Amino acid sequence: MQFGIFTVGDVTTDPTTGRTPTEAERIKAMVTIAQKAEEVGLDVFATGEHHNPPFVPSSPTTMLGYIAARTDTLLLSTSTTLITTNDPVKIAEDYAMLQHLADGRVDLMMGRGNTGPVYPWFGKDITKGIELAVENYDLLRRLWREDVVDWQGKFRTPLRGFTSTPRPLDGVPPFVWHGSIRSPEIAEQAAYYGDGFFANHIFWPKAHFQRLIELYRTRFEHYGHGSADQAIVGLGGQVFMRKNSQDAVKEFRPYFDHAPVYGYGPSLEDFTETTPLTVGSPTEVIEKTLKFRDYFGDYQRQLFLMDHAGLPLKTVLEQLDLLGGEVVPVLRKEFDALRPAHVPDGPTHASLLAAAERAAVDQRNAALEVAGTAS
Amino acid sequence: MTTFTVAVVSAGLSQPSSTRLLADQLAGAVRAAGAARGDRVEVITLELRELAHDITDNLLTGFPGVTLQTAIDAVSSADAVIAVTPVFSGSYSGLFKSFFDVLDRDALVGTPVLLAATGGSARHSLVLDYALRPLFAYLKADIVPTGVFAATADFGSDDAGRSLADRIGRAAGELLSRLSPTDNETARVETDLGPGSGPHHRSGTSDPFENLVPFEQLLARR
Repeated sequence: MQFGIFTVGDVTTDPTTGRTPTEAERIKAMVTIAQKAEEVGLDVFATGEHHNPPFVPSSPTTMLGYIAARTDTLLLSTSTTLITTNDPVKIAEDYAMLQHLADGRVDLMMGRGNTGPVYPWFGKDITKGIELAVENYDLLRRLWREDVVDWQGKFRTPLRGFTSTPRPLDGVPPFVWHGSIRSPEIAEQAAYYGDGFFANHIFWPKAHFQRLIELYRTRFEHYGHGSADQAIVGLGGQVFMRKNSQDAVKEFRPYFDHAPVYGYGPSLEDFTETTPLTVGSPTEVIEKTLKFRDYFGDYQRQLFLMDHAGLPLKTVLEQLDLLGGEVVPVLRKEFDALRPAHVPDGPTHASLLAAAERAAVDQRNAALEVAGTAS
Repeated sequence: MTTFTVAVVSAGLSQPSSTRLLADQLAGAVRAAGAARGDRVEVITLELRELAHDITDNLLTGFPGVTLQTAIDAVSSADAVIAVTPVFSGSYSGLFKSFFDVLDRDALVGTPVLLAATGGSARHSLVLDYALRPLFAYLKADIVPTGVFAATADFGSDDAGRSLADRIGRAAGELLSRLSPTDNETARVETDLGPGSGPHHRSGTSDPFENLVPFEQLLARR
Protein backbone atom coordinates (compact mmCIF):
# COMPACT_ATOMS: atom_id res chain seq x y z
CA MET A 1 0.00 0.00 0.00
CA GLN A 2 1.21 3.48 -0.84
CA PHE A 3 1.08 6.34 1.67
CA GLY A 4 1.70 9.96 0.93
CA ILE A 5 0.57 13.54 1.06
CA PHE A 6 -1.27 15.79 -1.34
CA THR A 7 -1.17 19.55 -1.31
CA VAL A 8 -3.54 22.17 -2.64
CA GLY A 9 -0.81 24.82 -2.55
CA ASP A 10 -2.92 27.54 -0.98
CA VAL A 11 -1.36 30.74 0.32
CA THR A 12 -3.38 31.31 3.47
CA THR A 13 -2.86 33.76 6.33
CA ASP A 14 -1.92 32.02 9.58
CA PRO A 15 -4.95 32.96 11.71
CA THR A 16 -2.94 32.74 14.92
CA THR A 17 -0.27 35.25 13.85
CA GLY A 18 -1.93 37.18 11.01
CA ARG A 19 1.11 36.46 8.85
CA THR A 20 0.71 35.57 5.17
CA PRO A 21 3.60 33.77 3.47
CA THR A 22 4.85 35.14 0.17
CA GLU A 23 4.39 33.06 -2.96
CA ALA A 24 8.13 32.35 -2.94
CA GLU A 25 7.96 31.11 0.66
CA ARG A 26 4.97 28.92 -0.07
CA ILE A 27 6.49 27.39 -3.19
CA LYS A 28 9.78 26.64 -1.39
CA ALA A 29 7.81 25.28 1.56
CA MET A 30 6.04 22.82 -0.76
CA VAL A 31 9.43 21.56 -1.93
CA THR A 32 10.69 21.23 1.65
CA ILE A 33 7.50 19.34 2.56
CA ALA A 34 7.98 16.95 -0.37
CA GLN A 35 11.60 16.23 0.65
CA LYS A 36 10.48 15.71 4.22
CA ALA A 37 7.85 13.24 3.02
CA GLU A 38 10.59 11.07 1.56
CA GLU A 39 12.78 11.50 4.64
CA VAL A 40 10.05 10.22 7.00
CA GLY A 41 9.35 7.20 4.81
CA LEU A 42 6.27 8.23 2.82
CA ASP A 43 5.83 6.97 -0.74
CA VAL A 44 3.96 9.69 -2.62
CA PHE A 45 3.89 13.49 -2.98
CA ALA A 46 1.10 14.96 -5.09
CA THR A 47 0.60 18.61 -5.98
CA GLY A 48 -2.57 20.34 -7.10
CA GLU A 49 -2.80 22.38 -10.29
CA HIS A 50 -4.45 25.75 -9.95
CA HIS A 51 -4.49 28.89 -12.03
CA ASN A 52 -5.99 31.36 -9.58
CA PRO A 53 -4.81 33.02 -6.36
CA PRO A 54 -4.54 32.16 -3.48
CA PHE A 55 -3.05 28.99 -5.01
CA VAL A 56 0.53 28.85 -6.32
CA PRO A 57 1.07 25.53 -8.13
CA SER A 58 0.16 26.42 -11.72
CA SER A 59 3.09 24.52 -13.24
CA PRO A 60 3.22 21.02 -11.73
CA THR A 61 5.99 19.47 -13.85
CA THR A 62 8.32 22.40 -13.12
CA MET A 63 7.86 21.79 -9.41
CA LEU A 64 7.89 17.99 -9.62
CA GLY A 65 11.01 18.04 -11.83
CA TYR A 66 12.81 20.11 -9.20
CA ILE A 67 11.66 17.75 -6.44
CA ALA A 68 12.68 14.74 -8.53
CA ALA A 69 16.24 16.04 -8.55
CA ARG A 70 16.23 16.33 -4.76
CA THR A 71 14.68 12.96 -3.92
CA ASP A 72 15.48 9.32 -4.63
CA THR A 73 12.45 7.16 -3.90
CA LEU A 74 9.47 9.52 -3.68
CA LEU A 75 6.72 8.89 -6.25
CA LEU A 76 5.66 12.22 -7.76
CA SER A 77 2.03 12.74 -8.61
CA THR A 78 -0.69 15.34 -9.12
CA SER A 79 -3.94 16.14 -7.37
CA THR A 80 -5.17 16.92 -9.92
CA THR A 81 -4.01 17.50 -13.52
CA LEU A 82 -6.66 19.41 -15.45
CA ILE A 83 -7.58 17.05 -18.28
CA THR A 84 -10.27 19.47 -19.41
CA THR A 85 -8.23 22.61 -20.06
CA ASN A 86 -4.67 21.35 -20.67
CA ASP A 87 -3.81 20.32 -24.21
CA PRO A 88 -3.41 16.52 -24.12
CA VAL A 89 -0.35 16.84 -26.37
CA LYS A 90 1.30 19.04 -23.75
CA ILE A 91 0.37 16.68 -20.89
CA ALA A 92 1.75 13.69 -22.85
CA GLU A 93 5.09 15.43 -23.43
CA ASP A 94 5.49 17.16 -20.05
CA TYR A 95 4.89 14.01 -18.03
CA ALA A 96 6.90 11.71 -20.30
CA MET A 97 9.79 14.16 -19.87
CA LEU A 98 9.31 14.12 -16.10
CA GLN A 99 9.19 10.32 -16.16
CA HIS A 100 12.67 10.17 -17.73
CA LEU A 101 14.14 12.73 -15.33
CA ALA A 102 12.60 11.00 -12.29
CA ASP A 103 13.51 7.45 -13.40
CA GLY A 104 9.86 6.48 -13.62
CA ARG A 105 8.77 7.86 -10.24
CA VAL A 106 5.74 9.58 -11.81
CA ASP A 107 2.01 9.10 -12.02
CA LEU A 108 -0.92 11.50 -12.48
CA MET A 109 -4.41 12.07 -11.21
CA MET A 110 -6.83 13.52 -13.72
CA GLY A 111 -9.42 16.04 -12.58
CA ARG A 112 -11.66 18.77 -13.87
CA GLY A 113 -10.60 21.63 -11.61
CA ASN A 114 -12.30 23.47 -8.81
CA THR A 115 -13.44 26.62 -10.57
CA GLY A 116 -15.57 27.26 -13.65
CA PRO A 117 -13.67 30.29 -14.97
CA VAL A 118 -10.55 28.16 -15.60
CA TYR A 119 -12.22 26.92 -18.80
CA PRO A 120 -12.24 30.28 -20.61
CA TRP A 121 -8.74 31.08 -19.27
CA PHE A 122 -7.54 28.25 -21.48
CA GLY A 123 -9.96 28.85 -24.34
CA LYS A 124 -12.37 26.08 -23.42
CA ASP A 125 -16.13 25.92 -22.96
CA ILE A 126 -17.22 25.26 -19.37
CA THR A 127 -20.43 23.55 -20.48
CA LYS A 128 -18.33 20.81 -22.12
CA GLY A 129 -16.49 19.66 -18.95
CA ILE A 130 -17.25 15.95 -19.16
CA GLU A 131 -16.92 15.80 -22.97
CA LEU A 132 -13.52 17.52 -22.78
CA ALA A 133 -12.38 15.08 -20.07
CA VAL A 134 -13.46 12.14 -22.24
CA GLU A 135 -11.97 13.28 -25.56
CA ASN A 136 -8.72 14.71 -24.15
CA TYR A 137 -7.95 11.68 -22.06
CA ASP A 138 -8.62 9.29 -24.90
CA LEU A 139 -6.14 11.22 -27.05
CA LEU A 140 -3.59 11.37 -24.21
CA ARG A 141 -3.66 7.58 -23.90
CA ARG A 142 -3.02 7.16 -27.61
CA LEU A 143 -0.16 9.67 -27.61
CA TRP A 144 1.59 7.61 -24.92
CA ARG A 145 0.85 4.23 -26.47
CA GLU A 146 1.17 4.79 -30.23
CA ASP A 147 4.40 6.13 -31.73
CA VAL A 148 2.61 7.78 -34.64
CA VAL A 149 -0.86 9.19 -34.07
CA ASP A 150 -3.49 10.18 -36.62
CA TRP A 151 -6.32 11.73 -34.75
CA GLN A 152 -9.35 13.91 -35.22
CA GLY A 153 -11.69 15.17 -32.49
CA LYS A 154 -14.04 17.96 -31.56
CA PHE A 155 -12.01 20.15 -29.26
CA ARG A 156 -8.60 20.64 -30.88
CA THR A 157 -6.99 20.66 -34.31
CA PRO A 158 -6.45 17.21 -35.88
CA LEU A 159 -3.10 15.40 -35.66
CA ARG A 160 -1.53 13.87 -38.74
CA GLY A 161 1.40 11.51 -38.26
CA PHE A 162 2.25 13.11 -34.94
CA THR A 163 4.78 11.64 -32.50
CA SER A 164 4.83 13.11 -29.00
CA THR A 165 8.31 13.30 -27.55
CA PRO A 166 10.02 11.95 -25.53
CA ARG A 167 8.34 8.55 -25.68
CA PRO A 168 7.31 7.20 -22.26
CA LEU A 169 10.19 5.68 -20.24
CA ASP A 170 10.72 2.00 -21.18
CA GLY A 171 7.60 2.29 -23.36
CA VAL A 172 5.48 2.30 -20.19
CA PRO A 173 3.12 5.29 -19.80
CA PRO A 174 2.70 6.77 -16.31
CA PHE A 175 -0.12 5.20 -14.30
CA VAL A 176 -3.25 7.36 -14.25
CA TRP A 177 -5.76 7.93 -11.48
CA HIS A 178 -9.04 9.73 -11.99
CA GLY A 179 -10.14 11.97 -9.16
CA SER A 180 -13.75 12.83 -8.52
CA ILE A 181 -15.81 14.08 -5.63
CA ARG A 182 -19.12 14.19 -7.44
CA SER A 183 -19.45 12.68 -10.90
CA PRO A 184 -20.26 9.00 -11.47
CA GLU A 185 -19.12 9.52 -15.11
CA ILE A 186 -15.51 9.84 -13.91
CA ALA A 187 -15.74 6.60 -11.91
CA GLU A 188 -17.12 5.02 -15.09
CA GLN A 189 -14.23 6.45 -17.14
CA ALA A 190 -11.61 5.10 -14.70
CA ALA A 191 -13.30 1.68 -14.76
CA TYR A 192 -13.48 1.60 -18.56
CA TYR A 193 -9.72 2.02 -18.94
CA GLY A 194 -8.78 -0.03 -15.89
CA ASP A 195 -7.16 3.08 -14.41
CA GLY A 196 -7.12 4.00 -10.72
CA PHE A 197 -9.95 5.88 -9.04
CA PHE A 198 -9.14 8.40 -6.33
CA ALA A 199 -11.99 9.50 -4.09
CA ASN A 200 -11.06 12.65 -2.28
CA HIS A 201 -13.64 12.19 0.43
CA ILE A 202 -12.19 14.71 2.91
CA PHE A 203 -15.00 17.25 2.81
CA TRP A 204 -18.03 15.05 2.37
CA PRO A 205 -19.77 12.28 4.30
CA LYS A 206 -18.85 8.71 3.43
CA ALA A 207 -22.17 7.41 2.06
CA HIS A 208 -21.74 9.29 -1.22
CA PHE A 209 -18.21 7.95 -1.70
CA GLN A 210 -19.25 4.41 -0.89
CA ARG A 211 -21.60 4.60 -3.87
CA LEU A 212 -18.94 6.17 -6.13
CA ILE A 213 -16.33 3.54 -5.25
CA GLU A 214 -18.83 0.71 -5.45
CA LEU A 215 -19.79 1.91 -8.93
CA TYR A 216 -16.12 2.09 -9.97
CA ARG A 217 -15.39 -1.41 -8.65
CA THR A 218 -18.46 -2.96 -10.30
CA ARG A 219 -17.72 -1.34 -13.66
CA PHE A 220 -13.98 -2.21 -13.40
CA GLU A 221 -15.04 -5.86 -13.26
CA HIS A 222 -17.65 -5.33 -16.00
CA TYR A 223 -14.95 -4.06 -18.38
CA GLY A 224 -12.82 -7.13 -17.69
CA HIS A 225 -9.88 -5.64 -15.83
CA GLY A 226 -10.17 -8.07 -12.91
CA SER A 227 -12.53 -8.67 -10.04
CA ALA A 228 -14.18 -5.73 -8.28
CA ASP A 229 -11.88 -6.05 -5.28
CA GLN A 230 -8.83 -5.81 -7.55
CA ALA A 231 -9.77 -2.33 -8.76
CA ILE A 232 -7.21 0.37 -7.86
CA VAL A 233 -8.65 2.73 -5.27
CA GLY A 234 -7.09 5.78 -3.61
CA LEU A 235 -8.52 7.80 -0.74
CA GLY A 236 -7.94 11.21 0.77
CA GLY A 237 -7.49 11.95 4.42
CA GLN A 238 -6.91 14.96 6.61
CA VAL A 239 -5.26 14.85 10.01
CA PHE A 240 -3.71 17.00 12.70
CA MET A 241 -1.85 15.27 15.50
CA ARG A 242 -0.14 15.88 18.79
CA LYS A 243 0.94 13.26 21.31
CA ASN A 244 -1.89 14.44 23.49
CA SER A 245 -5.31 14.58 21.85
CA GLN A 246 -6.46 17.76 23.63
CA ASP A 247 -3.32 19.60 22.53
CA ALA A 248 -4.06 18.72 18.91
CA VAL A 249 -7.63 20.04 19.15
CA LYS A 250 -6.53 23.24 20.89
CA GLU A 251 -3.77 23.98 18.42
CA PHE A 252 -5.73 23.10 15.25
CA ARG A 253 -9.04 24.78 16.12
CA PRO A 254 -8.15 28.32 14.95
CA TYR A 255 -6.87 26.90 11.64
CA PHE A 256 -10.02 24.83 11.25
CA ASP A 257 -12.33 27.72 12.13
CA HIS A 258 -10.78 29.98 9.47
CA ALA A 259 -9.87 27.36 6.86
CA PRO A 260 -10.74 27.84 3.20
CA VAL A 261 -13.58 25.54 2.05
CA TYR A 262 -15.21 24.73 5.40
CA GLY A 263 -14.12 27.60 7.68
CA TYR A 264 -16.77 29.61 9.56
CA GLY A 265 -19.11 26.64 9.12
CA PRO A 266 -19.58 23.53 11.23
CA SER A 267 -17.77 23.00 14.49
CA LEU A 268 -14.54 21.01 14.56
CA GLU A 269 -16.40 18.34 16.53
CA ASP A 270 -19.25 18.04 14.00
CA PHE A 271 -16.84 17.97 11.08
CA THR A 272 -14.60 15.27 12.54
CA GLU A 273 -17.69 13.18 13.18
CA THR A 274 -19.06 13.37 9.62
CA THR A 275 -15.85 13.51 7.51
CA PRO A 276 -12.47 11.73 7.57
CA LEU A 277 -10.82 14.68 9.37
CA THR A 278 -9.06 13.43 12.50
CA VAL A 279 -7.68 15.83 15.08
CA GLY A 280 -6.07 13.98 17.94
CA SER A 281 -3.33 11.54 18.86
CA PRO A 282 -1.49 9.33 16.35
CA THR A 283 -3.43 6.38 17.78
CA GLU A 284 -6.74 8.06 16.95
CA VAL A 285 -5.53 8.73 13.41
CA ILE A 286 -4.55 5.07 13.02
CA GLU A 287 -7.94 3.88 14.28
CA LYS A 288 -9.94 6.19 12.00
CA THR A 289 -7.83 5.48 8.91
CA LEU A 290 -8.10 1.71 9.42
CA LYS A 291 -11.88 2.13 9.28
CA PHE A 292 -11.63 3.43 5.70
CA ARG A 293 -10.96 -0.18 4.66
CA ASP A 294 -14.22 -1.28 6.31
CA TYR A 295 -16.16 1.35 4.38
CA PHE A 296 -14.46 1.14 0.97
CA GLY A 297 -12.68 -2.23 0.82
CA ASP A 298 -8.95 -2.95 0.34
CA TYR A 299 -7.32 0.01 -1.33
CA GLN A 300 -3.95 0.91 -2.77
CA ARG A 301 -3.18 4.53 -1.95
CA GLN A 302 -3.81 6.77 1.02
CA LEU A 303 -2.97 10.48 0.66
CA PHE A 304 -3.20 12.93 3.54
CA LEU A 305 -3.76 16.67 3.32
CA MET A 306 -1.28 18.13 5.83
CA ASP A 307 -0.23 21.63 4.80
CA HIS A 308 -3.25 23.86 4.25
CA ALA A 309 -5.24 26.54 6.09
CA GLY A 310 -2.17 28.63 6.94
CA LEU A 311 -0.35 26.07 9.09
CA PRO A 312 3.28 27.22 9.41
CA LEU A 313 5.98 25.13 7.72
CA LYS A 314 7.54 24.17 11.06
CA THR A 315 4.24 22.70 12.25
CA VAL A 316 3.70 20.83 8.98
CA LEU A 317 7.17 19.27 9.25
CA GLU A 318 6.39 18.18 12.84
CA GLN A 319 3.15 16.66 11.56
CA LEU A 320 5.08 14.72 8.93
CA ASP A 321 7.44 13.40 11.61
CA LEU A 322 4.41 12.01 13.46
CA LEU A 323 2.78 10.71 10.28
CA GLY A 324 5.90 8.96 9.02
CA GLY A 325 7.23 7.97 12.42
CA GLU A 326 4.17 6.71 14.28
CA VAL A 327 1.15 6.42 12.00
CA VAL A 328 2.17 5.06 8.60
CA PRO A 329 4.37 2.17 9.84
CA VAL A 330 1.40 0.81 11.81
CA LEU A 331 -1.08 1.40 8.96
CA ARG A 332 1.28 -0.21 6.46
CA LYS A 333 1.65 -3.31 8.60
CA GLU A 334 -2.07 -3.60 9.40
CA PHE A 335 -3.33 -2.96 5.86
CA ASP A 336 -0.77 -5.29 4.29
CA ALA A 337 -1.71 -8.05 6.72
CA LEU A 338 -5.41 -7.63 5.94
CA ARG A 339 -5.09 -7.45 2.17
CA PRO A 340 -5.75 -10.80 0.41
CA ALA A 341 -3.02 -12.06 -1.93
CA HIS A 342 -5.07 -11.54 -5.11
CA VAL A 343 -5.56 -7.82 -4.43
CA PRO A 344 -2.76 -5.85 -6.09
CA ASP A 345 -0.49 -3.33 -4.39
CA GLY A 346 -0.32 0.28 -5.57
CA PRO A 347 1.09 0.46 -9.11
CA THR A 348 4.64 1.74 -9.75
CA HIS A 349 6.78 2.07 -12.86
CA ALA A 350 8.56 -1.17 -11.88
CA SER A 351 5.30 -3.11 -11.49
CA LEU A 352 3.90 -1.74 -14.76
CA LEU A 353 7.14 -2.56 -16.59
CA ALA A 354 7.13 -6.09 -15.20
CA ALA A 355 3.50 -6.52 -16.27
CA ALA A 356 4.31 -5.22 -19.77
CA GLU A 357 7.26 -7.63 -20.06
CA ARG A 358 5.10 -10.55 -18.90
CA ALA A 359 2.47 -9.63 -21.47
CA ALA A 360 5.14 -9.44 -24.20
CA VAL A 361 6.49 -12.89 -23.27
CA ASP A 362 2.97 -14.35 -23.28
CA GLN A 363 2.35 -12.84 -26.68
CA ARG A 364 5.62 -14.25 -28.05
CA ASN A 365 4.85 -17.68 -26.68
CA ALA A 366 1.37 -17.56 -28.17
CA ALA A 367 2.86 -16.56 -31.52
CA LEU A 368 5.42 -19.38 -31.33
CA GLU A 369 2.67 -21.85 -30.53
CA VAL A 370 0.69 -20.69 -33.54
CA ALA A 371 3.86 -20.96 -35.69
CA GLY A 372 4.56 -24.44 -34.21
CA THR A 373 1.06 -25.64 -35.02
CA ALA A 374 1.31 -24.29 -38.55
CA SER A 375 4.61 -26.03 -39.36
CA MET B 1 -58.35 5.11 2.45
CA THR B 2 -55.02 6.44 1.29
CA THR B 3 -52.32 7.98 3.43
CA PHE B 4 -50.57 11.12 2.20
CA THR B 5 -47.55 12.84 3.70
CA VAL B 6 -47.49 16.61 3.83
CA ALA B 7 -44.29 18.42 4.81
CA VAL B 8 -44.80 21.82 6.41
CA VAL B 9 -41.87 24.23 6.22
CA SER B 10 -42.20 27.08 8.68
CA ALA B 11 -39.60 29.86 8.66
CA GLY B 12 -40.87 31.91 11.60
CA LEU B 13 -38.15 33.05 13.97
CA SER B 14 -39.92 34.18 17.14
CA GLN B 15 -41.38 31.72 19.61
CA PRO B 16 -44.30 31.47 19.51
CA SER B 17 -44.50 32.72 15.93
CA SER B 18 -47.51 33.75 13.88
CA THR B 19 -45.86 32.01 10.91
CA ARG B 20 -45.98 28.70 12.79
CA LEU B 21 -49.56 29.49 13.85
CA LEU B 22 -50.58 29.93 10.20
CA ALA B 23 -48.61 26.81 9.22
CA ASP B 24 -50.45 24.75 11.83
CA GLN B 25 -53.83 26.09 10.71
CA LEU B 26 -53.05 25.20 7.09
CA ALA B 27 -51.86 21.73 8.05
CA GLY B 28 -54.97 21.22 10.20
CA ALA B 29 -57.22 22.27 7.34
CA VAL B 30 -55.53 19.87 4.90
CA ARG B 31 -55.80 17.06 7.44
CA ALA B 32 -59.52 17.81 8.02
CA ALA B 33 -60.22 17.99 4.27
CA GLY B 34 -58.46 14.67 3.84
CA ALA B 35 -60.46 13.06 6.62
CA ALA B 36 -63.66 14.41 5.04
CA ARG B 37 -63.01 12.41 1.89
CA GLY B 38 -61.74 9.38 3.82
CA ASP B 39 -57.99 9.84 3.45
CA ARG B 40 -55.33 10.14 6.09
CA VAL B 41 -52.89 13.06 5.97
CA GLU B 42 -49.67 12.70 7.94
CA VAL B 43 -48.06 16.04 8.70
CA ILE B 44 -44.33 16.55 9.25
CA THR B 45 -43.54 20.07 10.43
CA LEU B 46 -40.06 21.52 10.00
CA GLU B 47 -39.15 24.58 12.05
CA LEU B 48 -36.32 26.15 10.07
CA ARG B 49 -35.20 28.02 13.19
CA GLU B 50 -33.99 24.71 14.59
CA LEU B 51 -32.07 24.00 11.38
CA ALA B 52 -30.59 27.48 10.92
CA HIS B 53 -27.01 26.49 11.85
CA ASP B 54 -27.15 23.29 9.81
CA ILE B 55 -28.42 25.20 6.77
CA THR B 56 -25.54 27.69 7.02
CA ASP B 57 -23.05 24.82 7.43
CA ASN B 58 -24.43 23.19 4.31
CA LEU B 59 -24.07 26.44 2.35
CA LEU B 60 -20.40 26.58 3.42
CA THR B 61 -19.37 22.94 3.13
CA GLY B 62 -21.60 21.79 0.27
CA PHE B 63 -23.15 18.87 2.14
CA PRO B 64 -25.92 18.54 4.74
CA GLY B 65 -25.34 17.21 8.23
CA VAL B 66 -27.38 14.27 9.51
CA THR B 67 -30.22 16.36 11.00
CA LEU B 68 -30.59 18.55 7.93
CA GLN B 69 -30.43 15.51 5.64
CA THR B 70 -33.42 14.06 7.47
CA ALA B 71 -35.34 17.31 6.95
CA ILE B 72 -34.35 17.47 3.27
CA ASP B 73 -35.44 13.87 2.78
CA ALA B 74 -38.78 14.59 4.47
CA VAL B 75 -39.52 17.51 2.13
CA SER B 76 -38.16 15.77 -0.98
CA SER B 77 -40.25 12.66 -0.42
CA ALA B 78 -43.46 14.30 0.80
CA ASP B 79 -46.59 14.04 -1.34
CA ALA B 80 -47.19 17.77 -0.87
CA VAL B 81 -45.53 20.74 0.78
CA ILE B 82 -46.87 23.72 2.70
CA ALA B 83 -44.27 26.52 2.73
CA VAL B 84 -44.77 29.43 5.11
CA THR B 85 -42.45 32.42 5.59
CA PRO B 86 -42.57 35.71 7.41
CA VAL B 87 -42.08 38.80 5.21
CA PHE B 88 -38.67 40.37 5.81
CA SER B 89 -37.62 43.51 3.93
CA GLY B 90 -40.41 43.03 1.41
CA SER B 91 -39.71 39.37 0.59
CA TYR B 92 -39.37 35.86 2.00
CA SER B 93 -36.88 35.56 4.83
CA GLY B 94 -33.26 34.72 4.10
CA LEU B 95 -33.50 31.52 6.13
CA PHE B 96 -36.53 30.40 4.10
CA LYS B 97 -34.67 30.96 0.83
CA SER B 98 -31.50 29.30 2.16
CA PHE B 99 -33.41 26.13 2.97
CA PHE B 100 -34.73 25.86 -0.58
CA ASP B 101 -31.22 26.71 -1.82
CA VAL B 102 -29.78 23.56 -0.20
CA LEU B 103 -32.56 21.32 -1.49
CA ASP B 104 -31.75 19.30 -4.57
CA ARG B 105 -32.79 21.34 -7.62
CA ASP B 106 -35.17 18.59 -8.71
CA ALA B 107 -36.52 17.83 -5.23
CA LEU B 108 -39.88 19.55 -5.75
CA VAL B 109 -40.49 18.98 -9.46
CA GLY B 110 -44.24 18.35 -9.83
CA THR B 111 -44.87 18.43 -6.09
CA PRO B 112 -48.09 20.22 -5.06
CA VAL B 113 -47.10 23.23 -2.96
CA LEU B 114 -49.25 25.60 -0.95
CA LEU B 115 -47.61 29.00 -0.41
CA ALA B 116 -48.28 31.17 2.61
CA ALA B 117 -46.75 34.19 4.33
CA THR B 118 -47.22 36.38 7.36
CA GLY B 119 -46.55 40.09 7.77
CA GLY B 120 -47.30 43.09 9.90
CA SER B 121 -49.87 44.50 7.53
CA ALA B 122 -51.91 43.47 4.50
CA ARG B 123 -49.84 45.88 2.41
CA HIS B 124 -47.31 43.00 2.07
CA SER B 125 -49.80 40.46 0.77
CA LEU B 126 -48.57 40.51 -2.84
CA VAL B 127 -45.28 38.99 -1.63
CA LEU B 128 -46.91 35.63 -2.39
CA ASP B 129 -47.10 36.51 -6.06
CA TYR B 130 -43.98 38.55 -6.69
CA ALA B 131 -41.55 36.61 -4.46
CA LEU B 132 -42.76 33.14 -3.51
CA ARG B 133 -44.40 32.12 -6.78
CA PRO B 134 -41.31 32.82 -8.95
CA LEU B 135 -39.11 30.83 -6.54
CA PHE B 136 -41.36 27.77 -6.66
CA ALA B 137 -41.91 28.19 -10.39
CA TYR B 138 -38.13 27.91 -10.75
CA LEU B 139 -38.24 24.72 -8.69
CA LYS B 140 -40.99 23.46 -11.05
CA ALA B 141 -43.37 22.81 -8.16
CA ASP B 142 -47.10 22.46 -8.79
CA ILE B 143 -48.24 25.64 -7.02
CA VAL B 144 -51.90 25.75 -5.96
CA PRO B 145 -53.78 28.87 -7.16
CA THR B 146 -54.71 30.20 -3.72
CA GLY B 147 -51.87 31.49 -1.60
CA VAL B 148 -52.58 32.51 1.98
CA PHE B 149 -51.31 35.76 3.43
CA ALA B 150 -52.06 36.53 7.07
CA ALA B 151 -51.44 39.99 8.53
CA THR B 152 -51.36 40.54 12.27
CA ALA B 153 -54.92 41.87 12.08
CA ASP B 154 -56.15 38.60 10.56
CA PHE B 155 -55.46 36.80 13.80
CA GLY B 156 -57.35 39.42 15.82
CA SER B 157 -60.64 40.79 14.53
CA ASP B 158 -63.60 38.54 13.87
CA ASP B 159 -64.27 39.64 10.30
CA ALA B 160 -60.69 39.38 9.15
CA GLY B 161 -60.28 36.08 11.01
CA ARG B 162 -63.29 34.61 9.24
CA SER B 163 -61.95 35.63 5.86
CA LEU B 164 -58.52 34.13 6.76
CA ALA B 165 -60.25 30.87 7.70
CA ASP B 166 -62.01 30.93 4.31
CA ARG B 167 -58.72 31.42 2.47
CA ILE B 168 -57.10 28.61 4.47
CA GLY B 169 -59.99 26.29 3.69
CA ARG B 170 -59.93 27.08 -0.02
CA ALA B 171 -56.14 26.65 -0.28
CA ALA B 172 -56.24 23.41 1.71
CA GLY B 173 -58.95 22.05 -0.61
CA GLU B 174 -56.91 22.96 -3.67
CA LEU B 175 -53.84 21.23 -2.26
CA LEU B 176 -55.77 18.11 -1.39
CA SER B 177 -57.43 17.97 -4.82
CA ARG B 178 -53.90 17.52 -6.28
CA LEU B 179 -53.45 14.39 -4.21
CA SER B 180 -55.41 11.70 -5.97
CA PRO B 181 -55.26 8.16 -4.60
CA THR B 182 -54.31 6.68 -8.01
CA ASP B 183 -51.36 9.04 -8.53
CA ASN B 184 -50.26 8.23 -5.05
CA GLU B 185 -50.35 4.48 -5.67
CA THR B 186 -48.31 4.91 -8.84
CA ALA B 187 -45.75 7.02 -7.04
CA ARG B 188 -45.36 4.43 -4.34
CA VAL B 189 -44.94 1.55 -6.76
CA GLU B 190 -42.22 3.46 -8.63
CA THR B 191 -40.48 4.15 -5.36
CA ASP B 192 -40.55 0.54 -4.29
CA LEU B 193 -39.06 -0.56 -7.58
CA GLY B 194 -36.31 2.02 -7.48
CA PRO B 195 -32.90 0.56 -6.64
CA GLY B 196 -30.66 1.94 -3.93
CA SER B 197 -31.52 3.67 -0.72
CA GLY B 198 -31.82 7.28 0.35
CA PRO B 199 -34.57 9.78 -0.32
CA HIS B 200 -37.11 8.84 -2.93
CA HIS B 201 -37.73 11.40 -5.61
CA ARG B 202 -41.05 11.36 -7.36
CA SER B 203 -39.41 12.20 -10.65
CA GLY B 204 -36.82 9.46 -10.15
CA THR B 205 -34.39 11.37 -12.36
CA SER B 206 -32.30 13.33 -9.90
CA ASP B 207 -30.02 10.49 -8.82
CA PRO B 208 -26.97 10.55 -11.14
CA PHE B 209 -26.07 7.01 -10.14
CA GLU B 210 -29.29 5.65 -11.63
CA ASN B 211 -28.85 7.36 -14.98
CA LEU B 212 -25.27 6.46 -15.71
CA VAL B 213 -24.26 6.66 -19.36
CA PRO B 214 -21.96 3.71 -20.24
CA PHE B 215 -18.51 4.91 -21.23
CA GLU B 216 -18.66 3.59 -24.80
CA GLN B 217 -21.58 5.94 -25.30
CA LEU B 218 -19.70 8.86 -23.74
CA LEU B 219 -16.80 8.17 -26.10
CA ALA B 220 -19.03 7.80 -29.13
CA ARG B 221 -20.84 11.02 -28.35
CA ARG B 222 -17.70 13.05 -29.07
